[in-house]
Amino acid sequence: MVEKVIIGTVNLNCYYGSLQVLKNLNLEIYKNEILGIIGPANSGKTTFLRALNRLNYLNASYSQDGEILFANQSITSMSDNILRKKIGIIFALPQVLPMSIYNNVAYGPKVHGIIRKNKLSEIVEDALRKAYLWDEVKDRLDLPATHLSGGQQQRLCIARTLAVEPDVILYDEPCSGLDPVSTAKVEDAMQQLKENYTQILVTNNTKQAARVSERCGFFLMGELVEIAETKMLFTNPRDKRTDDYITGRFG
Amino acid sequence: MNAAKTYEKVAFFVLGLAMLLIVAPIIMTIAYIVKNGIGAISWEFITQAPRNGMKEGGIFPAIVGTILLIIGTMLFSLPLGILSAVYLVEYARDNLFTRLIKLSVVNLSGIPSIVYGMFGYTLFVLFLRLGTSILSGSLTLAIMSLPVIITAAKQALEAVPASFREISLSLGATKWQTVRYCVLPHAVPGILTGTVLSLSRAAGETAPILFTVAAFYLPRLPHSVFDQVMALPYHLYVISTQVPNMPMKLSFATGLVLVALVFLMNLVSAILRAHFRKKKQW
Repeated sequence: MVEKVIIGTVNLNCYYGSLQVLKNLNLEIYKNEILGIIGPANSGKTTFLRALNRLNYLNASYSQDGEILFANQSITSMSDNILRKKIGIIFALPQVLPMSIYNNVAYGPKVHGIIRKNKLSEIVEDALRKAYLWDEVKDRLDLPATHLSGGQQQRLCIARTLAVEPDVILYDEPCSGLDPVSTAKVEDAMQQLKENYTQILVTNNTKQAARVSERCGFFLMGELVEIAETKMLFTNPRDKRTDDYITGRFG
Repeated sequence: MNAAKTYEKVAFFVLGLAMLLIVAPIIMTIAYIVKNGIGAISWEFITQAPRNGMKEGGIFPAIVGTILLIIGTMLFSLPLGILSAVYLVEYARDNLFTRLIKLSVVNLSGIPSIVYGMFGYTLFVLFLRLGTSILSGSLTLAIMSLPVIITAAKQALEAVPASFREISLSLGATKWQTVRYCVLPHAVPGILTGTVLSLSRAAGETAPILFTVAAFYLPRLPHSVFDQVMALPYHLYVISTQVPNMPMKLSFATGLVLVALVFLMNLVSAILRAHFRKKKQW
Protein backbone atom coordinates (compact mmCIF):
# COMPACT_ATOMS: atom_id res chain seq x y z
CA MET A 1 0.00 0.00 0.00
CA VAL A 2 1.37 3.37 -1.02
CA GLU A 3 0.71 5.83 1.72
CA LYS A 4 -0.38 9.32 0.86
CA VAL A 5 1.68 12.23 2.09
CA ILE A 6 -0.46 14.96 3.67
CA ILE A 7 2.24 17.16 5.17
CA GLY A 8 5.85 17.51 4.14
CA THR A 9 8.64 19.76 5.27
CA VAL A 10 11.48 20.66 2.94
CA ASN A 11 14.73 21.94 4.43
CA LEU A 12 12.84 23.60 7.26
CA ASN A 13 14.90 25.81 9.57
CA CYS A 14 13.30 27.63 12.48
CA TYR A 15 14.76 30.43 14.53
CA TYR A 16 13.89 32.45 17.60
CA GLY A 17 15.90 35.60 17.12
CA SER A 18 19.37 34.28 16.26
CA LEU A 19 18.84 30.96 18.01
CA GLN A 20 18.21 28.10 15.61
CA VAL A 21 15.80 25.62 17.14
CA LEU A 22 15.12 23.38 14.13
CA LYS A 23 17.84 22.37 11.69
CA ASN A 24 17.19 21.38 8.12
CA LEU A 25 14.15 19.27 8.77
CA ASN A 26 12.89 16.99 6.01
CA LEU A 27 9.92 14.96 7.11
CA GLU A 28 6.83 13.45 5.57
CA ILE A 29 3.59 12.75 7.34
CA TYR A 30 1.13 10.27 5.90
CA LYS A 31 -2.59 10.54 5.82
CA ASN A 32 -4.45 8.96 8.76
CA GLU A 33 -1.34 7.91 10.60
CA ILE A 34 -0.46 8.66 14.20
CA LEU A 35 3.06 10.03 14.18
CA GLY A 36 4.80 10.16 17.53
CA ILE A 37 7.52 12.72 18.16
CA ILE A 38 9.81 12.09 21.09
CA GLY A 39 12.88 13.85 22.39
CA PRO A 40 14.21 15.67 25.42
CA ALA A 41 13.24 19.22 26.36
CA ASN A 42 14.49 21.93 23.97
CA SER A 43 14.82 19.50 21.10
CA GLY A 44 12.46 21.49 18.88
CA LYS A 45 9.45 19.16 19.07
CA THR A 46 6.95 21.84 19.98
CA THR A 47 8.44 24.33 17.54
CA PHE A 48 8.01 21.74 14.80
CA LEU A 49 4.39 21.18 15.76
CA ARG A 50 3.56 24.86 15.94
CA ALA A 51 5.35 25.54 12.67
CA LEU A 52 2.79 23.35 10.92
CA ASN A 53 -0.11 25.71 11.68
CA ARG A 54 2.02 28.83 11.87
CA LEU A 55 1.31 29.42 15.57
CA ASN A 56 5.02 30.11 16.05
CA TYR A 57 4.48 33.44 14.33
CA LEU A 58 2.57 34.70 17.39
CA ASN A 59 6.05 35.18 18.82
CA ALA A 60 7.50 38.29 17.18
CA SER A 61 11.09 37.02 17.24
CA TYR A 62 10.26 33.87 15.27
CA SER A 63 11.42 33.29 11.72
CA GLN A 64 11.79 30.29 9.44
CA ASP A 65 13.01 29.30 6.03
CA GLY A 66 12.41 26.24 3.94
CA GLU A 67 9.02 25.01 2.92
CA ILE A 68 6.07 23.31 4.58
CA LEU A 69 3.65 21.62 2.24
CA PHE A 70 0.11 20.75 3.22
CA ALA A 71 -1.79 18.69 0.65
CA ASN A 72 0.92 19.59 -1.88
CA GLN A 73 0.43 23.28 -1.33
CA SER A 74 2.83 25.60 0.44
CA ILE A 75 1.23 26.75 3.70
CA THR A 76 2.51 30.27 3.12
CA SER A 77 0.05 30.53 0.24
CA MET A 78 -2.88 29.81 2.53
CA SER A 79 -4.35 32.34 4.92
CA ASP A 80 -3.66 31.57 8.57
CA ASN A 81 -7.27 31.05 9.59
CA ILE A 82 -7.98 28.57 6.78
CA LEU A 83 -4.78 26.66 7.57
CA ARG A 84 -5.55 26.52 11.28
CA LYS A 85 -9.07 25.30 10.61
CA LYS A 86 -7.56 22.35 8.76
CA ILE A 87 -4.70 21.73 11.19
CA GLY A 88 -5.99 21.82 14.76
CA ILE A 89 -3.87 21.66 17.90
CA ILE A 90 -4.30 20.37 21.44
CA PHE A 91 -2.09 22.21 23.95
CA ALA A 92 -0.05 20.75 26.76
CA LEU A 93 -2.20 21.99 29.59
CA PRO A 94 -5.95 21.70 29.26
CA GLN A 95 -6.90 25.23 28.33
CA VAL A 96 -10.61 25.86 28.18
CA LEU A 97 -12.16 29.22 27.52
CA PRO A 98 -14.12 30.68 30.45
CA MET A 99 -17.45 29.90 28.86
CA SER A 100 -19.96 27.08 29.12
CA ILE A 101 -19.03 23.59 27.93
CA TYR A 102 -21.36 24.04 24.99
CA ASN A 103 -19.90 27.39 23.95
CA ASN A 104 -16.34 26.08 24.18
CA VAL A 105 -17.13 23.52 21.51
CA ALA A 106 -19.40 25.82 19.51
CA TYR A 107 -16.84 28.64 19.40
CA GLY A 108 -14.95 27.22 16.42
CA PRO A 109 -17.94 26.47 14.20
CA LYS A 110 -19.39 29.88 15.08
CA VAL A 111 -16.34 31.80 13.91
CA HIS A 112 -16.50 29.77 10.71
CA GLY A 113 -19.96 31.08 10.05
CA ILE A 114 -22.29 28.36 11.32
CA ILE A 115 -25.07 30.14 13.18
CA ARG A 116 -28.11 27.82 12.98
CA LYS A 117 -28.86 26.50 16.46
CA ASN A 118 -29.82 22.99 15.32
CA LYS A 119 -26.70 22.60 13.25
CA LEU A 120 -24.51 23.88 16.08
CA SER A 121 -26.05 21.53 18.63
CA GLU A 122 -25.51 18.67 16.21
CA ILE A 123 -21.85 19.55 15.76
CA VAL A 124 -21.31 19.97 19.51
CA GLU A 125 -22.86 16.61 20.33
CA ASP A 126 -20.96 14.86 17.57
CA ALA A 127 -17.63 16.38 18.64
CA LEU A 128 -18.20 15.55 22.31
CA ARG A 129 -19.09 11.96 21.42
CA LYS A 130 -15.94 11.56 19.35
CA ALA A 131 -13.87 12.89 22.25
CA TYR A 132 -15.52 10.43 24.65
CA LEU A 133 -16.96 13.20 26.76
CA TRP A 134 -20.62 13.30 25.78
CA ASP A 135 -21.90 10.87 28.41
CA GLU A 136 -20.14 12.75 31.19
CA VAL A 137 -21.39 16.22 30.28
CA LYS A 138 -24.62 15.83 28.30
CA ASP A 139 -26.76 16.96 31.26
CA ARG A 140 -24.71 20.01 32.07
CA LEU A 141 -23.64 21.60 28.83
CA ASP A 142 -24.42 25.05 30.25
CA LEU A 143 -21.99 24.68 33.13
CA PRO A 144 -18.73 26.66 32.98
CA ALA A 145 -16.08 24.47 31.37
CA THR A 146 -13.70 25.36 34.20
CA HIS A 147 -15.80 23.17 36.52
CA LEU A 148 -14.65 20.02 34.70
CA SER A 149 -11.72 17.94 35.89
CA GLY A 150 -8.35 18.22 34.14
CA GLY A 151 -8.88 15.06 32.10
CA GLN A 152 -12.37 16.12 31.09
CA GLN A 153 -11.08 19.56 30.14
CA GLN A 154 -8.44 18.03 27.88
CA ARG A 155 -11.06 15.90 26.14
CA LEU A 156 -13.17 19.05 25.84
CA CYS A 157 -10.21 20.65 24.08
CA ILE A 158 -10.12 17.70 21.69
CA ALA A 159 -13.85 18.07 21.08
CA ARG A 160 -13.35 21.78 20.49
CA THR A 161 -10.72 21.04 17.86
CA LEU A 162 -12.85 18.32 16.25
CA ALA A 163 -15.80 20.69 15.98
CA VAL A 164 -14.07 22.74 13.28
CA GLU A 165 -13.54 19.53 11.27
CA PRO A 166 -9.78 19.61 10.75
CA ASP A 167 -7.83 17.14 8.63
CA VAL A 168 -4.87 17.02 10.98
CA ILE A 169 -4.73 17.17 14.77
CA LEU A 170 -1.51 18.15 16.52
CA TYR A 171 -1.04 17.13 20.15
CA ASP A 172 1.55 19.02 22.16
CA GLU A 173 2.22 16.77 25.15
CA PRO A 174 -1.52 16.42 25.70
CA CYS A 175 -1.27 14.24 28.79
CA SER A 176 1.54 15.93 30.68
CA GLY A 177 -0.88 17.27 33.29
CA LEU A 178 -3.19 14.26 33.48
CA ASP A 179 -3.51 11.22 35.70
CA PRO A 180 -3.12 7.71 34.18
CA VAL A 181 -6.85 7.08 33.87
CA SER A 182 -7.47 10.35 32.05
CA THR A 183 -4.41 9.67 29.92
CA ALA A 184 -5.86 6.31 28.92
CA LYS A 185 -9.13 8.00 27.93
CA VAL A 186 -7.31 10.55 25.76
CA GLU A 187 -5.31 7.76 24.13
CA ASP A 188 -8.51 5.80 23.48
CA ALA A 189 -9.99 8.82 21.80
CA MET A 190 -6.89 9.13 19.60
CA GLN A 191 -7.19 5.50 18.48
CA GLN A 192 -10.82 6.04 17.50
CA LEU A 193 -9.98 9.21 15.60
CA LYS A 194 -7.44 7.43 13.42
CA GLU A 195 -10.04 6.57 10.81
CA ASN A 196 -10.72 10.15 9.85
CA TYR A 197 -7.77 12.21 10.99
CA THR A 198 -4.03 12.46 10.68
CA GLN A 199 -2.56 12.89 14.14
CA ILE A 200 0.83 14.04 15.34
CA LEU A 201 1.67 13.42 18.97
CA VAL A 202 4.53 15.23 20.62
CA THR A 203 5.26 13.67 23.96
CA ASN A 204 7.86 13.53 26.70
CA ASN A 205 6.52 10.15 27.62
CA THR A 206 8.30 7.62 25.40
CA LYS A 207 6.00 4.85 26.60
CA GLN A 208 3.02 6.80 25.40
CA ALA A 209 4.60 7.23 21.98
CA ALA A 210 5.23 3.47 21.91
CA ARG A 211 1.63 2.72 22.87
CA VAL A 212 -0.15 5.10 20.57
CA SER A 213 1.89 5.90 17.49
CA GLU A 214 2.49 3.93 14.32
CA ARG A 215 5.59 5.77 13.25
CA CYS A 216 7.82 7.68 15.56
CA GLY A 217 10.46 10.34 15.15
CA PHE A 218 13.25 11.22 17.57
CA PHE A 219 14.31 14.87 17.84
CA LEU A 220 17.53 15.95 19.49
CA MET A 221 18.78 19.53 19.70
CA GLY A 222 16.77 20.66 16.71
CA GLU A 223 17.61 17.72 14.51
CA LEU A 224 15.49 14.80 13.43
CA VAL A 225 17.82 11.97 14.41
CA GLU A 226 15.70 9.12 13.22
CA ILE A 227 12.19 8.35 12.05
CA ALA A 228 10.86 4.83 11.64
CA GLU A 229 7.97 2.53 12.37
CA THR A 230 7.38 2.74 16.10
CA LYS A 231 8.13 -0.95 16.61
CA MET A 232 11.40 -0.63 14.73
CA LEU A 233 12.43 2.54 16.53
CA PHE A 234 11.85 1.08 19.96
CA THR A 235 13.25 -2.40 19.36
CA ASN A 236 15.98 -1.81 16.86
CA PRO A 237 16.96 1.86 16.53
CA ARG A 238 19.58 2.64 13.91
CA ASP A 239 21.13 5.55 15.72
CA LYS A 240 22.96 5.12 18.99
CA ARG A 241 21.53 8.38 20.36
CA THR A 242 17.99 7.08 19.87
CA ASP A 243 18.92 3.91 21.68
CA ASP A 244 20.39 5.91 24.56
CA TYR A 245 17.28 8.04 24.87
CA ILE A 246 14.64 5.34 24.80
CA THR A 247 16.52 3.12 27.18
CA GLY A 248 16.99 6.03 29.56
CA ARG A 249 20.75 6.07 29.31
CA PHE A 250 20.77 9.62 28.08
CA GLY A 251 22.98 12.41 29.17
CA MET B 1 6.69 37.05 73.81
CA ASN B 2 9.33 36.51 71.13
CA ALA B 3 10.81 39.20 68.91
CA ALA B 4 9.22 38.05 65.66
CA LYS B 5 5.76 38.35 67.16
CA THR B 6 6.54 41.83 68.44
CA TYR B 7 7.74 42.89 65.00
CA GLU B 8 4.59 41.53 63.48
CA LYS B 9 2.43 43.47 65.93
CA VAL B 10 4.31 46.68 65.21
CA ALA B 11 4.05 46.08 61.46
CA PHE B 12 0.31 45.48 61.65
CA PHE B 13 -0.12 48.60 63.72
CA VAL B 14 1.78 50.73 61.20
CA LEU B 15 -0.17 49.24 58.29
CA GLY B 16 -3.44 49.85 60.09
CA LEU B 17 -2.43 53.41 60.79
CA ALA B 18 -1.57 54.01 57.14
CA MET B 19 -4.97 52.71 56.12
CA LEU B 20 -6.67 54.92 58.67
CA LEU B 21 -4.79 57.95 57.36
CA ILE B 22 -6.12 57.24 53.90
CA VAL B 23 -9.70 56.55 54.90
CA ALA B 24 -10.04 59.34 57.47
CA PRO B 25 -9.92 62.33 55.06
CA ILE B 26 -12.50 60.75 52.79
CA ILE B 27 -14.90 60.05 55.62
CA MET B 28 -14.32 63.45 57.18
CA THR B 29 -14.87 65.28 53.89
CA ILE B 30 -18.06 63.43 53.14
CA ALA B 31 -19.32 63.79 56.71
CA TYR B 32 -18.61 67.51 56.63
CA ILE B 33 -20.42 68.02 53.33
CA VAL B 34 -23.38 65.95 54.44
CA LYS B 35 -23.62 67.70 57.81
CA ASN B 36 -23.60 71.18 56.29
CA GLY B 37 -25.56 70.46 53.14
CA ILE B 38 -28.28 68.00 54.07
CA GLY B 39 -30.43 70.75 55.58
CA ALA B 40 -30.85 72.47 52.23
CA ILE B 41 -31.64 69.33 50.27
CA SER B 42 -35.31 69.13 49.41
CA TRP B 43 -37.48 68.00 46.54
CA GLU B 44 -37.62 71.62 45.41
CA PHE B 45 -33.83 71.95 45.51
CA ILE B 46 -33.38 69.02 43.15
CA THR B 47 -36.25 69.75 40.75
CA GLN B 48 -36.44 73.57 40.51
CA ALA B 49 -34.38 76.15 38.69
CA PRO B 50 -32.48 78.71 40.79
CA ARG B 51 -34.31 81.95 41.58
CA ASN B 52 -33.62 85.33 43.11
CA GLY B 53 -29.94 85.62 42.20
CA MET B 54 -29.47 81.89 42.80
CA LYS B 55 -30.10 82.35 46.50
CA GLU B 56 -33.38 80.46 46.31
CA GLY B 57 -34.89 77.67 44.28
CA GLY B 58 -32.93 74.65 43.19
CA ILE B 59 -30.16 73.41 40.95
CA PHE B 60 -32.13 71.30 38.51
CA PRO B 61 -30.59 72.80 35.32
CA ALA B 62 -27.09 72.21 36.68
CA ILE B 63 -27.88 68.57 37.48
CA VAL B 64 -29.27 68.04 33.98
CA GLY B 65 -26.28 69.85 32.49
CA THR B 66 -23.76 67.70 34.30
CA ILE B 67 -25.58 64.49 33.37
CA LEU B 68 -25.68 65.58 29.73
CA LEU B 69 -21.97 66.37 29.82
CA ILE B 70 -21.19 62.96 31.33
CA ILE B 71 -23.22 61.24 28.62
CA GLY B 72 -21.61 63.34 25.90
CA THR B 73 -18.13 62.70 27.26
CA MET B 74 -18.79 58.99 27.39
CA LEU B 75 -20.11 58.90 23.82
CA PHE B 76 -16.92 60.47 22.51
CA SER B 77 -14.26 59.02 24.77
CA LEU B 78 -15.40 55.44 25.28
CA PRO B 79 -15.36 54.15 21.69
CA LEU B 80 -12.19 56.06 20.85
CA GLY B 81 -10.46 54.99 24.06
CA ILE B 82 -11.32 51.32 23.73
CA LEU B 83 -10.43 51.17 20.05
CA SER B 84 -7.09 52.87 20.74
CA ALA B 85 -6.34 50.40 23.51
CA VAL B 86 -7.29 47.46 21.28
CA TYR B 87 -4.99 48.79 18.59
CA LEU B 88 -2.10 49.32 21.01
CA VAL B 89 -2.42 45.94 22.73
CA GLU B 90 -3.57 43.62 19.95
CA TYR B 91 -2.35 45.06 16.69
CA ALA B 92 0.50 47.53 17.14
CA ARG B 93 4.03 46.25 16.73
CA ASP B 94 6.59 47.41 19.21
CA ASN B 95 8.40 50.17 17.38
CA LEU B 96 9.36 53.80 17.85
CA PHE B 97 6.00 55.05 16.61
CA THR B 98 3.85 53.00 19.00
CA ARG B 99 6.22 53.72 21.86
CA LEU B 100 5.72 57.39 21.10
CA ILE B 101 1.95 56.93 21.22
CA LYS B 102 2.17 55.14 24.55
CA LEU B 103 4.38 57.87 25.95
CA SER B 104 1.92 60.53 24.79
CA VAL B 105 -0.97 58.74 26.46
CA VAL B 106 0.91 58.67 29.75
CA ASN B 107 1.90 62.30 29.49
CA LEU B 108 -1.57 63.47 28.47
CA SER B 109 -2.89 62.45 31.86
CA GLY B 110 -0.44 64.83 33.51
CA ILE B 111 -1.66 67.95 31.73
CA PRO B 112 -3.53 70.37 34.02
CA SER B 113 -7.24 70.49 33.32
CA ILE B 114 -7.25 74.26 32.74
CA VAL B 115 -4.92 73.65 29.79
CA TYR B 116 -7.46 71.22 28.35
CA GLY B 117 -10.00 73.98 28.86
CA MET B 118 -7.93 76.48 26.87
CA PHE B 119 -7.27 73.90 24.18
CA GLY B 120 -10.96 72.98 23.92
CA TYR B 121 -11.88 76.64 23.74
CA THR B 122 -9.53 77.40 20.85
CA LEU B 123 -10.12 74.18 18.93
CA PHE B 124 -13.82 73.45 19.37
CA VAL B 125 -15.38 76.79 20.31
CA LEU B 126 -13.39 79.08 18.03
CA PHE B 127 -11.70 77.11 15.28
CA LEU B 128 -14.41 74.51 14.62
CA ARG B 129 -17.08 77.12 15.45
CA LEU B 130 -19.08 74.84 17.70
CA GLY B 131 -19.59 77.77 20.08
CA THR B 132 -19.80 77.42 23.83
CA SER B 133 -22.01 74.37 23.72
CA ILE B 134 -22.63 70.94 25.16
CA LEU B 135 -20.78 69.57 22.13
CA SER B 136 -17.64 71.62 22.79
CA GLY B 137 -17.71 70.84 26.49
CA SER B 138 -18.20 67.12 25.96
CA LEU B 139 -15.40 66.95 23.42
CA THR B 140 -13.03 68.82 25.74
CA LEU B 141 -13.90 66.57 28.67
CA ALA B 142 -13.57 63.54 26.39
CA ILE B 143 -10.02 64.47 25.43
CA MET B 144 -9.20 64.91 29.09
CA SER B 145 -10.71 61.50 29.94
CA LEU B 146 -9.05 59.60 27.12
CA PRO B 147 -5.66 58.87 28.73
CA VAL B 148 -7.22 57.26 31.79
CA ILE B 149 -9.67 55.25 29.71
CA ILE B 150 -6.94 54.10 27.32
CA THR B 151 -4.61 53.16 30.15
CA ALA B 152 -7.32 51.24 32.01
CA ALA B 153 -8.50 49.48 28.86
CA LYS B 154 -4.91 48.61 27.95
CA GLN B 155 -4.31 47.07 31.34
CA ALA B 156 -7.60 45.19 31.17
CA LEU B 157 -6.75 43.79 27.72
CA GLU B 158 -3.22 42.86 28.76
CA ALA B 159 -4.64 41.01 31.77
CA VAL B 160 -6.54 38.63 29.50
CA PRO B 161 -4.38 35.48 29.35
CA ALA B 162 -2.43 35.01 26.11
CA SER B 163 -3.73 31.44 25.99
CA PHE B 164 -7.24 32.71 25.15
CA ARG B 165 -5.91 34.36 22.02
CA GLU B 166 -3.86 31.29 21.16
CA ILE B 167 -6.86 28.98 21.53
CA SER B 168 -9.06 31.19 19.42
CA LEU B 169 -6.46 31.61 16.68
CA SER B 170 -5.66 27.90 16.70
CA LEU B 171 -9.31 27.16 15.94
CA GLY B 172 -9.02 29.23 12.80
CA ALA B 173 -10.57 32.45 14.08
CA THR B 174 -9.30 35.64 12.50
CA LYS B 175 -7.50 38.25 14.54
CA TRP B 176 -10.58 40.44 14.78
CA GLN B 177 -12.87 37.53 15.74
CA THR B 178 -10.38 36.65 18.45
CA VAL B 179 -10.37 40.18 19.82
CA ARG B 180 -14.13 40.52 19.55
CA TYR B 181 -15.24 37.20 21.05
CA CYS B 182 -12.31 35.99 23.11
CA VAL B 183 -10.51 39.05 24.48
CA LEU B 184 -12.84 42.04 24.75
CA PRO B 185 -15.60 40.28 26.72
CA HIS B 186 -13.08 39.40 29.41
CA ALA B 187 -11.68 42.91 29.55
CA VAL B 188 -15.06 44.57 30.09
CA PRO B 189 -14.93 44.73 33.92
CA GLY B 190 -11.52 46.41 33.88
CA ILE B 191 -12.49 48.82 31.13
CA LEU B 192 -15.65 49.68 33.05
CA THR B 193 -13.69 50.55 36.17
CA GLY B 194 -11.32 52.86 34.36
CA THR B 195 -14.12 54.50 32.42
CA VAL B 196 -16.19 55.29 35.48
CA LEU B 197 -13.16 56.61 37.31
CA SER B 198 -12.33 58.99 34.52
CA LEU B 199 -15.97 59.99 33.96
CA SER B 200 -16.31 60.71 37.67
CA ARG B 201 -13.37 63.01 37.40
CA ALA B 202 -14.81 64.64 34.28
CA ALA B 203 -18.12 65.17 36.08
CA GLY B 204 -16.41 67.15 38.81
CA GLU B 205 -14.07 69.24 36.66
CA THR B 206 -14.61 72.98 36.44
CA ALA B 207 -11.69 74.20 34.38
CA PRO B 208 -12.33 72.36 31.08
CA ILE B 209 -15.98 73.44 30.97
CA LEU B 210 -15.31 77.00 32.06
CA PHE B 211 -14.82 78.39 28.54
CA THR B 212 -16.41 75.62 26.52
CA VAL B 213 -19.92 75.07 27.83
CA ALA B 214 -20.75 76.25 31.33
CA ALA B 215 -23.35 78.99 31.79
CA PHE B 216 -23.23 81.34 34.74
CA TYR B 217 -26.99 81.46 35.08
CA LEU B 218 -29.37 79.75 32.67
CA PRO B 219 -32.53 78.64 34.41
CA ARG B 220 -33.90 76.59 31.51
CA LEU B 221 -33.03 73.27 29.95
CA PRO B 222 -31.00 73.08 26.70
CA HIS B 223 -32.78 72.51 23.40
CA SER B 224 -29.89 71.06 21.41
CA VAL B 225 -26.26 70.07 21.72
CA PHE B 226 -25.32 73.57 20.57
CA ASP B 227 -26.82 75.13 23.70
CA GLN B 228 -24.96 76.16 26.81
CA VAL B 229 -25.86 74.49 30.08
CA MET B 230 -25.23 75.03 33.75
CA ALA B 231 -23.07 72.38 35.37
CA LEU B 232 -22.75 71.38 39.02
CA PRO B 233 -19.04 72.06 39.58
CA TYR B 234 -19.15 75.45 37.87
CA HIS B 235 -22.38 76.35 39.65
CA LEU B 236 -20.72 75.46 42.92
CA TYR B 237 -17.78 77.65 42.05
CA VAL B 238 -20.08 80.51 41.09
CA ILE B 239 -22.28 80.44 44.16
CA SER B 240 -19.29 79.98 46.47
CA THR B 241 -17.22 82.84 45.11
CA GLN B 242 -19.20 85.13 42.81
CA VAL B 243 -22.50 85.68 44.61
CA PRO B 244 -22.42 87.83 47.74
CA ASN B 245 -24.43 86.82 50.81
CA MET B 246 -24.92 83.28 49.53
CA PRO B 247 -26.16 80.89 52.23
CA MET B 248 -23.31 78.45 52.88
CA LYS B 249 -25.65 75.52 53.13
CA LEU B 250 -26.64 75.92 49.45
CA SER B 251 -23.01 75.49 48.41
CA PHE B 252 -22.66 72.41 50.55
CA ALA B 253 -25.95 71.03 49.29
CA THR B 254 -24.74 71.50 45.68
CA GLY B 255 -21.49 69.73 46.56
CA LEU B 256 -23.47 66.95 48.17
CA VAL B 257 -25.54 66.44 45.04
CA LEU B 258 -22.36 66.28 42.94
CA VAL B 259 -20.78 63.73 45.27
CA ALA B 260 -23.99 61.69 45.29
CA LEU B 261 -24.07 61.71 41.49
CA VAL B 262 -20.50 60.44 41.26
CA PHE B 263 -21.19 57.88 43.97
CA LEU B 264 -24.23 56.66 42.04
CA MET B 265 -22.11 56.20 38.90
CA ASN B 266 -19.56 54.17 40.86
CA LEU B 267 -22.31 52.09 42.38
CA VAL B 268 -23.81 51.27 38.99
CA SER B 269 -20.40 50.32 37.64
CA ALA B 270 -19.70 48.13 40.67
CA ILE B 271 -22.97 46.28 40.09
CA LEU B 272 -22.26 45.87 36.37
CA ARG B 273 -18.73 44.71 37.16
CA ALA B 274 -19.97 42.09 39.60
CA HIS B 275 -22.46 40.93 37.00
CA PHE B 276 -19.77 40.52 34.30
CA ARG B 277 -17.30 38.90 36.71
CA LYS B 278 -19.84 36.27 37.65
CA LYS B 279 -20.29 35.35 34.03
CA LYS B 280 -16.60 35.30 33.11
CA GLN B 281 -14.36 33.46 35.48
CA TRP B 282 -10.95 32.07 34.89
